[in-house]
Amino acid sequence: MNNNYTFTNKTRNITFGLMAIGLVTIIAGFLTDHAPEGVSHEEYHQTRIWANLLVNGWFFMGIGLLATFFMALQYVAEVAWSVAVKRVYEAVSSYLPIGAVVMVLILVAGQLHLHHLYHWMDADLYKEFLEDGVTPNPKFDEVLKGKEGYFVPWFFWLRTSIYVVIWCWFQKGFIKNSIEQDLQGGTKIHYKTMGKAASFLVFFAVTSSTAAWDWMMSLDPHWFSTMYGWYAFSGMWISAMITIILFVIYLKRKGYLPQVNDSHIHDLGKWVFAVSFLWSYLWFCQFMLIWYTNIPEEIIYFQDRLHNFGYMGLMWTVFAMNFVFPMILLMSRDAKRNYVFLVIVGCIIFIGHWLDVYMMVMPATVQGNHHLGWMELGTALGFLGLMLFIVHRALSKRSLMVEKHPYLDESIHHHY
Amino acid sequence: MQHESEIREPLILGNKSYHQITEDIVKPIEGKANKYWYILLTVSIICFMWGIGCLSYTIGTGIGVWGSNNGVDWAWDITNFVWWIGIGHAGTLISAVLLLFRQKWRMAINRSAEAMTIFAVMCAAIFVLLHTGRPWLDYWLFPLPNTFGSLWVNFNSPLLWDVFAVSTYFSISLVFWYTGLVPDFAMIRDRAIKPWAKKFYGILSFGWGGSARHWSRFEEVSLVLAGLSTPLVFSVHSIVSMDFATSVVPGWHTTIFPPYFVAGAVFSGFAMVLTLLLIVRKIYNLENYITIKHIEYMNIVIIVTGSIVGVAYLTELFISWYSGVEYEQYAFLNRATGPYWWAYAAMMTCNVISPQLFWFKKLRTNLMFTFVMSIIVNIGMWFERFVIIVPTLCRTFLPATWTMYHPTFVDIGIFTGTIGMFFTFFLLFSRYFPVIAQAELKSILKSSGQEFKTKAAANHH
Repeated sequence: MNNNYTFTNKTRNITFGLMAIGLVTIIAGFLTDHAPEGVSHEEYHQTRIWANLLVNGWFFMGIGLLATFFMALQYVAEVAWSVAVKRVYEAVSSYLPIGAVVMVLILVAGQLHLHHLYHWMDADLYKEFLEDGVTPNPKFDEVLKGKEGYFVPWFFWLRTSIYVVIWCWFQKGFIKNSIEQDLQGGTKIHYKTMGKAASFLVFFAVTSSTAAWDWMMSLDPHWFSTMYGWYAFSGMWISAMITIILFVIYLKRKGYLPQVNDSHIHDLGKWVFAVSFLWSYLWFCQFMLIWYTNIPEEIIYFQDRLHNFGYMGLMWTVFAMNFVFPMILLMSRDAKRNYVFLVIVGCIIFIGHWLDVYMMVMPATVQGNHHLGWMELGTALGFLGLMLFIVHRALSKRSLMVEKHPYLDESIHHHY
Repeated sequence: MQHESEIREPLILGNKSYHQITEDIVKPIEGKANKYWYILLTVSIICFMWGIGCLSYTIGTGIGVWGSNNGVDWAWDITNFVWWIGIGHAGTLISAVLLLFRQKWRMAINRSAEAMTIFAVMCAAIFVLLHTGRPWLDYWLFPLPNTFGSLWVNFNSPLLWDVFAVSTYFSISLVFWYTGLVPDFAMIRDRAIKPWAKKFYGILSFGWGGSARHWSRFEEVSLVLAGLSTPLVFSVHSIVSMDFATSVVPGWHTTIFPPYFVAGAVFSGFAMVLTLLLIVRKIYNLENYITIKHIEYMNIVIIVTGSIVGVAYLTELFISWYSGVEYEQYAFLNRATGPYWWAYAAMMTCNVISPQLFWFKKLRTNLMFTFVMSIIVNIGMWFERFVIIVPTLCRTFLPATWTMYHPTFVDIGIFTGTIGMFFTFFLLFSRYFPVIAQAELKSILKSSGQEFKTKAAANHH
């Protein structure tokens, strides 16, 4: 049984090719991203290309992060069936450290005022008077002044570093324990990891929301929604689930993972179906409650995404792609066991959720100056290449099937 | 048959055969009830009767006999409604969501949890029907073709969505519960000696014959109903939360309400299931079926949902400050430090802080502690709804309408009455219906029974 995945030169070259496209696009982006008409050069800060980096930075980091979450969830919930694909979601989670570094670099660039995605990073906004102490500061922002305690740089950076360091520490720990488990067998390491996974979930329960507020919701610095953290979480989760299922299908097609049967694929398909519903539910509740009450402070978010800057078509497309498609196409049992179906739906909602992140970022940053052009496509392909490279490399490092997991037998005999 | 890992603990203890399971589960129905059952039933019926008295008094006089007033126009009525509806959710979650997740431990608890759901929804219905003020016109809640004039129900109102959500919920839960009972009724029918019992269970079992075709249809129906019920777990309490969240009242309008209400509902529901099952397990000697492991799993669900609710409380609190909206900030300040601070403190302690004690394995496997905790959680979740409703309404935009709320004996009486009704129904259920889904339970005997697991482990080595 061939459980050792070979990262072939051909595949490697494809990922390098994608990364090269990304790199060229980003460089070209910085060279060509000029202020649109009516905006002065000083105020523009090359927002389009930076916003692109943020979209991909967040989207792909989310895949790694939520694969880590899924890994922890499997331990805590004593899940057996997924053990057969454990190495796959472990490999997907290994993108987390890289993704987190990219995210931090984007934030550092903001703090150094290389871009102006985060309006609140501008220290002038918090000063009521100019330096003479008498003249009112025209840039003074009273609402942001109220949030200064939260946005003050030391506190923001403290939070950011805690999220990133501790997430990555847990991810590395899970992988280390998983390898150790294969070497030693028994149940000791398994139970130890279970405890560790429970602490990760507690930490994650808080930080998944706060990170979403800090890095994404704050792009619209005046706006707020209590649902935002959970909505962002569900979007990242579904993206991770699709990535996992696409990798499993890819490996199956290549003749690997012989012990993964249709029941495993069906269960993964159910997760995609269920989390799609979760995302749609949270998206809809947030939208409906804000739309229904029509309170100015809150409705502005959807006003920007529907009427103000011409995003309406995209907004509804995203909802349809991420809700209607998986609902109709994955409803039946047979569809969840059919590779072709799963790949089609998987690709549709992978793009759909990338566009969802686009809708989180763009209306708040580039506003009316939005394009879905070569810059967006190229940057996304570059990041995709990077993720594919990291995940393939992680897959090729270890046996594709765990060897001594206490639930391994139950997972291999998974049939229903 | 399914293969099960050795490290999983058995879910059926002792040396049980299929026949022994039947004997154990049918015993309370065929035997005589003990005196505790009669005592509990008497107390419940007295409470129930007292509730009916208060209810009749309300209908005869009007809801002016309640403590609700011009400022606080929703109080115990809606608090109790949301509380009872929430409790019902555990039944649906256990029977539908846990079925989809193939959690075998659900089989010992699903029957009583589903019964609990139905009784809880009936209790909840009393409050909505009554709070309209003129319950004899309650059929106006339905969009009936209208011959009295051009008046039509308001489809834009979440209160109307509630009518649809709750009635759908009740019907589906009832069908789900009853479908599961059919093979078990047939089992009692086949054993019955008394002619009236044979007749009674014969009618209830719909002529179940136990053929392969019957079983195949039974499984199909269960799966379809599970598929229909799963969205209901989410939709019912989401729509209940929208009764508040679609308003522009600070403290009510917050987008996290739907999922947070759902988590809270499951939380309180599991607490109620624990309260009931710990009693049932004791008086009917079902320790081999509702094991410590079952209790532990339920306690884990309590920690998880309690913590989700905790995260939601903190999110609301933080965002109210972060929003910079003075009214929002005041609403939460008032909740925590205003005249009803003690209700807020009770809510936080019972719902967020005390369930964290279940992190200790010793405590979550201790029956007495679990029982006390299940009651604490139920109290906490009642206070959560009270905190959302009363302190908010007693300090709204117009200070001239600021007022306090004091429940009258009628408020308390009706609430006590619903608790009495709930327990009356539950006790009758547990006496005449099988409290454990024995047909389903038998399907896991060979993979999760203690005896079979020990044998399998011995063969393996």
